Amino acid sequence: MIPSSWYLILSALLFCMGVAGFLIKRSLITVFMSIELMLNAVNLSFVTFAHDWHAVKGQIFVFFVMMVAAAEAAVGLAIIIAIFRTRQTLNVDQIDLMKF
Amino acid sequence: MHLALFLIFAAVALAGAANLLLQKHPINASLSLIVVMSSLAVLYLLLGAEFLAIAQIIVYAGAIMVLFTFVIMLLNEGVEEKTHGSRVAKLLGFPAVTVFLALIASIILSSESHLGKVVIGESITTTQDLSAVLFRDLLLPFEITSVLILIAILGAVALARKDEQ
Repeated sequence: MIPSSWYLILSALLFCMGVAGFLIKRSLITVFMSIELMLNAVNLSFVTFAHDWHAVKGQIFVFFVMMVAAAEAAVGLAIIIAIFRTRQTLNVDQIDLMKF
Repeated sequence: MHLALFLIFAAVALAGAANLLLQKHPINASLSLIVVMSSLAVLYLLLGAEFLAIAQIIVYAGAIMVLFTFVIMLLNEGVEEKTHGSRVAKLLGFPAVTVFLALIASIILSSESHLGKVVIGESITTTQDLSAVLFRDLLLPFEITSVLILIAILGAVALARKDEQ
C-alpha cells in the first residue's frame, strides 16, 4: 500500500525531464520524442487520479490522449521528413526561418 | 510486493528518461523512450487500469515508437551535433523547470491528506467498464477521433510524398 502522491511525484519528475529534453536537445526528432515523454507523464497522473476518485472517465481521457498522440506522431514525422528533404538537416539551430 | 514493483519500475522509467536526455544518437534515445513507456504500462497495471496498460504497449511502445524508429533509420541523420544551444533556454528555461517541479511537488505533498492510497487489486477497471462508458456516453467523441485519425493519415501521406513535377 503506497500513497497516490508517489505516482504524482513520479509523473511530475517525468514531465520536467521531458521539458528539459525539449530545451537541451538539438535534433528535431529527439525534441519530438521529449514531447511524447511529457504526454506520457500527464497520462500517468490522469490514471492516478482516475484510480483515486474511482472515475472511469479519467481513463477514457488517457485513451483519447493516446489516439491524438498517434495522429500527432504521424503528421509530425511526415513534417520532419519533408523538412529533411528540403533542408538536409534536422538540427533545430539551422531550422530557424521563423525565429524572431 | 507492491512497493517493490513500484520502486523498480519507477526507477526504470526515470533511468530511461535520463538516458533519453544523455544519449547523443536519436536511435538510442528512441529505444530508451520505449523502456519508459513499457515501465509506465506496468505502473498502469498497478493502478488497476488493465486496458490502458495493454493499449500503452500496443499503441505507444508498438505503433508510435516503431514509426519514430522507422523515420530515424530512413533519414539516417547520424549523431546529434553539439552546439551551444539557446541562451534563453539556459537563463530562463532551466530555472523555470526547477521552479515548476518544486511548485508541483509542494502542491502534491501539501495536499497529501486529501489523496488516497493505492492498494493493489483494490479497484480494477475492467475493459467492460471502460467500454460501457466509451460506447454509451462518449460514442460521438469516439467516432470523431476515428475521423481525426483518418485525416491525420491523409495529411501524413500528403506531406511526406515527393513532388512529382
